[in-house]
This record gives sequence, C-alpha cells and structure tokens, in this order.
Amino acid sequence: MRTDDLRVVRGTTTSRVFAVVALGVLVAAAFLPSWGEASTQRKMIELLVLLTLAEMWNLLAGFAGIVSVGQQAFVGFGAYGMIVFVNNLGWNLYVSVLVAALGAVALAVPIGLVAFRLRGSYFAIGTWVLATLASLVVTSINQVGGGSGASIKVAGTDPATRLHANYWIALAVGASAVLVAYGVLRSRLGLQMQAIRDNEAGARSLGANVYRTRFIIWLIAAFWTGLAGATFYLNNLRVQPTAAFSVLSWTAPIIFIVVIGGIGTIEGPIVGTILYYVFKDHFSEAQTKYFIALGLLALAVALWLKRGIWGTLRERFGVSLFPVRRRVVER
Amino acid sequence: MSWVNAVVQGVLLGGLYALFATGLSLAFGVMRFVNLAHGDLATFAAFMAFSLTRTHAVSILVALAIVLPASFVVGYLLQRVVFDRVIGADPAYQIVATFGLAIIVENALLEKYTADTRGLDFGKLATSSIRINDKMSIGWLPLLTFLCGVGVLVALALFLKRTRLGRAFRATSDDPRAAQLMGIDNRRIYSVALAISLLTVALAGVLDGARRSFDPFAGPIQLIYAFEAVIIGGLGSLWGTLAGGIALGVAQNVGAQISPQWGPMIGHVVFMTVLASRPTGMFGKAEAR
Repeated sequence: MRTDDLRVVRGTTTSRVFAVVALGVLVAAAFLPSWGEASTQRKMIELLVLLTLAEMWNLLAGFAGIVSVGQQAFVGFGAYGMIVFVNNLGWNLYVSVLVAALGAVALAVPIGLVAFRLRGSYFAIGTWVLATLASLVVTSINQVGGGSGASIKVAGTDPATRLHANYWIALAVGASAVLVAYGVLRSRLGLQMQAIRDNEAGARSLGANVYRTRFIIWLIAAFWTGLAGATFYLNNLRVQPTAAFSVLSWTAPIIFIVVIGGIGTIEGPIVGTILYYVFKDHFSEAQTKYFIALGLLALAVALWLKRGIWGTLRERFGVSLFPVRRRVVER
Repeated sequence: MSWVNAVVQGVLLGGLYALFATGLSLAFGVMRFVNLAHGDLATFAAFMAFSLTRTHAVSILVALAIVLPASFVVGYLLQRVVFDRVIGADPAYQIVATFGLAIIVENALLEKYTADTRGLDFGKLATSSIRINDKMSIGWLPLLTFLCGVGVLVALALFLKRTRLGRAFRATSDDPRAAQLMGIDNRRIYSVALAISLLTVALAGVLDGARRSFDPFAGPIQLIYAFEAVIIGGLGSLWGTLAGGIALGVAQNVGAQISPQWGPMIGHVVFMTVLASRPTGMFGKAEAR
C-alpha cells in the first residue's frame, strides 16, 4: 500500500449527521421566543450559561491540564462589569456585555501571572484564594454597591423584549462556547495543548511552548466565563458580591457537570448540563440534599468512572459527535 | 502599644494557622495529595465537639478525647477506602474527589445543624488571661492554642526524624517505588499520613471553634488560610509552615489594626506578594508541583 492510497480524515458519518441535527436544534432554539413560554426561556438562559461555564472549565481542566477552582472570579467580573459600564458609565446594555467579558480577560492577565506560579492541586487552591481576594476587593468598593451589591439599571425598557434579547444572547454565548472549544481543539493550539496534557516533557522537546499555550487557553476561558456571568446577570439584574463570586453557586456545579458528563470531551459538558437540569428539577425543594447527591456522584465518578458518562460511551461504542482525532483511511 | 499587641496576638493566631496547615503540608509532602475538604473536616470536628458538649453534656476535654482519635480513624479509613484511588492519578481527579467530599460535608452539616452559627464553650479558660500591662493581656486560650501548634510541629518533626515509621514516611515521599522495593507498604504510609493530617486539623478546628463562632460553611476559609501559611512558609518545610502561619496571623492582625475590614485582605496581599516575588516561600525547597 502506497501512501498515496491513504488519506487523513476527521469527520465520521455520525458526526456529519449530528452536525445537521445540531443545526436543526439550534434553528429551533433560535425561534423559541415565538413558541416557548417566558419561564422556559428563563430556564434556557440559565442552562446555556452553565453550559458555557462547563465547556470553558472543561477546556482548561480536560485539555490544558489546568484545574481552576477560581472561575467564579470571572463570573463576578462579568457581573460587576455590567454594573460599572451600565450603571456608572451609562453605556448600552448589550455593548456592556461584551466589554464586561473583555474586562474579565484584562483581569485574568495579572491573576494568571500569579496563579501560574503554582502547579496542579496548588494551582487549584491558588485560584480559589485569588477569587476570594477579588470578591473582598469588590465588596470594599462603594461605587459598585459594596457589600450589599447593586441592580443593573434597565429602566425604560420593555421586560418581554428584554427577555427575548437576553435569550438570544445566551443562545449565542452557549453555541459559540461549544464551537470555540471545538475549534480550539482542532487547531494547532489544541494539538499542542493535548500533547502537553499527555506528556509535558515530550511536548516541550517538540517545541510546544507550554506556558504560552496554557496562558492563551486561560484567557479564552476567562472571556467566555465573563461573558456567561454578564449574560446571567443581564437577565437576573440583581448583583450581590457573595452570590456573584460564590464557589458553591458557580464553580462547584460546573466541576460536577463536567466530571459526571465526561471530562476531556466536547460532548461531556453538554450531557452533564442536561443531566444537571433534570436532577435540579427533581430536587427543587431540597437544595441541600441535591448538593449532597451531586457531591457523591462526582466523588464516585472521580474514583470509579474517571471518563464520565460520555467518555465511557465513547470508549465502548466509538461514537464521536465532535471528532477531534485524525484518522488514516484508505482512499 | 496597640501595635505591639496586634503583633503579639498575630503571632498567637499564627500558631493556630500553622496547626491548620500542618496536615495539609504533611499530606502533600508524603503523597502529593491536596485535600480540598481539609477545612471542612476541621469544621466537622468542631460540630462533633459541639454535639458532645451540648447534647451529651461532657466537658470540652472529654469531647477532644473522643473527637481526636475518631478523626484519626476517619482519616485512616478515608485514605484506605476512598482517596487511595486518586493518589498518583491526574491531579484533576484528586481535586474533584476532595471537592466532592467538601460539598458533601458542608451540606450534611447544613442539613443536621442548620445555618446557625455555633461556638464551643471552653469555660473559664476562654475568658481568663495573663495581664501584661494596661493595654495588653494574653489570653490563656490563644496561648495554649499557639503552644499546641508548636507542640504538634515539634512532635511531627521528631516523629519524622527519629522513628522507624517516620523514616518510612520520608522514604516514601522521596521515591515511592524505591520505598516499596525496600519493603515499605506505601498504602499504609498514606493512610497513616491522612490519619495524622485529620487528627491535627480536627484539633485546629476545635480550638478555632472556641476562638470564634462557626457555621457549616466555615471550612473553605480555613483551607485557604492553611494553604496561605504553607505557601508563605515554603512547601516541604515544617518550620516554614510555622513561620508562614505566624506571618499570616501577624499580617491579618496588623491589617485589622489599620481598619477592621482590612484584616483578611492584608493577609491575602502578603500571600500574593510572596507568591509573585518568591514562589518557593520563605523556607521552601521546591516549587509546587
């Protein structure tokens, strides 16, 4: 067999069928405001925000090998970006969403420079400390409401129109997060990232710039995490420092979603987010029990089912809806 | 004089932080394991002591005599049954497993004890103090807490240096495979390490519970202070941990002296400064891996 007879492919029949189905779902979702109820839209906004956060945490932990327990800082920055740009500076609501996310990236630079001095588990606690510090600093600034927080000013806008706009923004944020994560993985950067994760010394010797690659991923994650924070509060309006910077409301569910769904796969966070929602509705009256159940599930997955739900399915059936691997096949 | 007082009280507080940090440092040193539920297990111990003194009406010393050995056993079993599976694995799984445990402990405590704040009653010990002069006096309890912190570190240092088991600890830390070849049962070493880790942090949790009130979500901040003490002092150094704890305690107390709300923040800033300028800490040997 000559090399001419071979070619490298990535897509599979399944992945092509899925791409068509996904496009259909996305179009149907875009028209949700014309057929769904307001409560459904609100639920979808929350789901899409969580999906975005989960995809980004997965990009960090599952592919770049950076486990952060401080992602709530960027949710908080997104939220407070809205307060600063809308309330204090009087900017347009929707422009502010984007600028708030850019603000989160700007703050991710110094945070990253300090946190990247730590590795592994110590990096995880380090980011947690930095997020706590960020929350303390924000709480002490009276211009953004201090300890009691503030509400994003939306006076003069129609609530129904706003909900539609918020929903579309959330949909765009969620869909772009999945696509960006997928795009990054298929790119040169993604290849470097996975090489580093699998064998750091080996990747280094082949010319991968470990620090730079990780830092770029860190900033990408900060942007979409900030975007998700701004989007959530665009809909929620009331921003309180303890809630916006809460590890329990943001980072804990995200970690559980990713790990249970399947860390290191694009599909895992999607599966995890949907499961999380089904679960949440079921336990809606008992939040404490809900967190205990989630904690037990995450612990069990970390110990016995390391690949999570999707990772296990993929291993058993070889399905991949977002193919990243290159395969060599005959022409 | 109030500044001197702030420094002295900060040093005493630092002993407590060192006590919180010892177990974290030990588990990392022996098996590269970081337990994100470290602080929550301290809070758990404090709640156990609370239940014992409240509902069973025993004195705090009796409560300690029950809680400390129980924590040792829980630590041993926790390592043997649960965390052994993530030692040496990708740190992501350690983080998820221990974070999962943290969330379970916090919410289980919330379910049982509600979100009310509680305190531990140390009786006369909590209120009596040594009077130095008009502006300064040293409480017996903070002093005893500090001495506990130093005592535990001295005991641990002697244990690691002088005993057969301590040598096995150091050997496993240096090279687990070679240690195993020499006939050391690594799993047992790891279990004893987490048992000691939990014993010390339980003591810290109970002593902290006497100093200030706590609720089911008091754990994470204790983990953070312990971690800051470890990093400021330098990884892999027991005396560094003590120095780091003291530096953190002094920074917080002096900060609070400037303005009450600044206390914790100045502590975090000192931590950040050390991390940015000298990542190996004051006495550290190696960078955190």
